[in-house]
Amino acid sequence: MRHVISVLVQDHPRVLNRITSLFARRGFNLESLAVGTTHVPGLSRISLVVSGDDRTLEQVEKQLNRLIEVLKVTDHSEPHVERELALVKVHVGGLEERLAIKDIQEAFRARVVDVAKESLILELTGDSNKINSFVEALRPFGLLEVMRTGAVAMSRGERVLKVREKREEAV
Amino acid sequence: MKGAEALLKAMEQEGVEVIFGHPGGAIMPTYDALYDSPIRHILVRHEQGGVHAATAYARASGKVGVVMATSGPGALNLVTGLADAYMDSTPVVAITGNVPRSLIGTDAFQEADVTGVTMPITKHNYLVQDVNDLPRVIKEAFYIARSGRPGPVLVDVPKDVQLAEFTGSFDVKLDLPGYKPTLRGHPRQIERALEALEKAERPVLMVGGGAQDAHAEILAFAEKTGIPVITTLMGLGAFPGTHPLWLGMPGMHGTVAANRAIYHADVILAVGLRFDDRVTGKVSRFAPHAHTIIHVDVDPAEIGKIVRTQVPIVGDARLVMRELLRGAKPLRLATWWRELEEWRTRHPLTYRPRPHLQSQEVIRAFYEATGGNAIVTTGVGQHQMFAAQFFRVSRPRSFLTSGGLGTMGVGLPFAIGAQVARPGELVIDFDGDGSFQMTLQELATVVKYKLPVKVVVLNNGFLGMVRQWQDLFHAKRYSEVYLADSNPDFARLAEAYGIRGVRVERKEDLKKGVDAVLETDGPVVAEFKVYQEEGVFPMIPSGASVEEMITEDPRQEVGA
Ligand SMILES: Cc1ncc(C[n+]2csc(CCOP(=O)(O)OP(=O)(O)O)c2C)c(N)n1
Repeated sequence: MRHVISVLVQDHPRVLNRITSLFARRGFNLESLAVGTTHVPGLSRISLVVSGDDRTLEQVEKQLNRLIEVLKVTDHSEPHVERELALVKVHVGGLEERLAIKDIQEAFRARVVDVAKESLILELTGDSNKINSFVEALRPFGLLEVMRTGAVAMSRGERVLKVREKREEAV
Repeated sequence: MKGAEALLKAMEQEGVEVIFGHPGGAIMPTYDALYDSPIRHILVRHEQGGVHAATAYARASGKVGVVMATSGPGALNLVTGLADAYMDSTPVVAITGNVPRSLIGTDAFQEADVTGVTMPITKHNYLVQDVNDLPRVIKEAFYIARSGRPGPVLVDVPKDVQLAEFTGSFDVKLDLPGYKPTLRGHPRQIERALEALEKAERPVLMVGGGAQDAHAEILAFAEKTGIPVITTLMGLGAFPGTHPLWLGMPGMHGTVAANRAIYHADVILAVGLRFDDRVTGKVSRFAPHAHTIIHVDVDPAEIGKIVRTQVPIVGDARLVMRELLRGAKPLRLATWWRELEEWRTRHPLTYRPRPHLQSQEVIRAFYEATGGNAIVTTGVGQHQMFAAQFFRVSRPRSFLTSGGLGTMGVGLPFAIGAQVARPGELVIDFDGDGSFQMTLQELATVVKYKLPVKVVVLNNGFLGMVRQWQDLFHAKRYSEVYLADSNPDFARLAEAYGIRGVRVERKEDLKKGVDAVLETDGPVVAEFKVYQEEGVFPMIPSGASVEEMITEDPRQEVGA
């Protein structure tokens, strides 16, 4: 099953390296990874899309938690918002095709961000399914380049991903 | 003060008394500072020897072991030893030099991405970029290495950082928001564990390497409840090997009684072990009758990793055992013990006597002559299993072997580390002719520091354990395992180093040989020429289950 996991990390050098190396070494299947800073200086947030059974996912979470620089791990099984950004450069043959692409663009509420003689760059945000459908709709025109950021996710409502309280002072 | 001095001072603050290491260009400023430092340094002949010695020092003493090496080749020679310490959860701090910051990433002379290389085999690692970070990094490194589930931590220090002027403070606070090991077991889970044990008809207590420091609590718990105890290879010594409640070691070369006990158990209390496949065999057939597995481990990621667990207890083995002991009651296990006794008496650890000298009898002879009063180290192979089977360790931290990684060549450096940690004690390395030759240059270290270690080479002229598998599973096609045609004369080799050499070839001379070793004040290398085609039994073939256990050498039936 597909899971979206958020990881709050200290943004030290090589922390991303530690996470990808962990996935490689333990044979976990990483579908996408997106990283960015947060509103708290020094903390970054990583969204991972992982597939596997419950047991694998439990291990993914536990192994991530073992990393010293990982502050918090959440598997978004609860209602959450998920978004991905895609840039699609599509071939445009003639006027007829330009109009057909415009219909698709409107249906998906995508934006045109670059216009050239024989191509267009379209920008779309949405969950991964929406982007998949968008890319498939454009495929017949001739895809020149497709670039996706990978999903980012956030829980709905009050739930927030923050550093847990100090539980125990180990000696 | 220079960075190098600050580095050593920070280590002094952590209580470091000894560093094992080997110098080189990129770590020279620190070696220079070492010249004036109260910290003792043990010069090894190969960095691998250094990290293994630091590992054994940690295991024998309960402190953090420290190893130091130069950049590139020096640091890379630590890789096997770090992986070994990582697999067996040993607190080691490795300090490595690196090229100056301005050269990092340029493929400079003796540069290697050591933090990158060691990422998967260390608990954590650091590349120090600012000289004033040194006290904080060292404090964190030692804390991370020894707390929670112990493990190796590497600190890579560029040469110019060692040379830079230190203006920072040594008064640093630990601030690791993402690292808070849980030490106290959850009270509800502890209650559930006690309930399950109380109702159990066929319980067993399995003890692993993580429980070495819980030995007193484990002994008290076992004696109070009357529960049978099994210790893994890494757990040997955490429970007295002479105790009537002890069933032996489980797994591939474990005892019949231990393996059958696990197979028939209804409740298993597993403390400080990680269900290695050498212990479980085929996981789907492991403990098939156990309705409750209670797993105590300080690392939450170990719980549920291999076997399903009904009662997970995350916590420090000692603290959890203390809680369990508080609630423990005597169990009624007379029927269970009758069964266990029968397996134990019907299938004791034994071997078929042969006209040749045999490894098992050599180890047994040392056991009897010392009364078990020794710290034992081993290489990896048949001799390691024979040592585990026939030398009954009864004190914690006294059987030092490579469990998880199975690293040949640890025997001698482990003996060095153990002897440095516990100078007054008798340290015996039971080694194989193959394993010993992987690190025997450390005999020089033995000489330099006058370490009275006793190296007992069980020379069977083969890479014995591999030969055994070829014998059993590859139709005796002995591919590239014969050593006898090219082995050195081990006793004379020792003499070349100025160490006493002893050679024993015949059964009749066994006692004389053992006495010669034990009567020698200083170091000895004793070569015992043993039967070449011995096998380790019992044996559960890899990936098989207890039902497929080969209890005796199958070749005996054909009259070998
Ligand atoms: C560094 C390393 N290389 C290879 C192996 C694989 N291996 C396991 S046991 C063994 C043979 C060990 O031979 P020896 O040390 O002579 O001991 P014996 O089995 O004969 O007692 C080998 C090659 C290993 N464990 N470690």
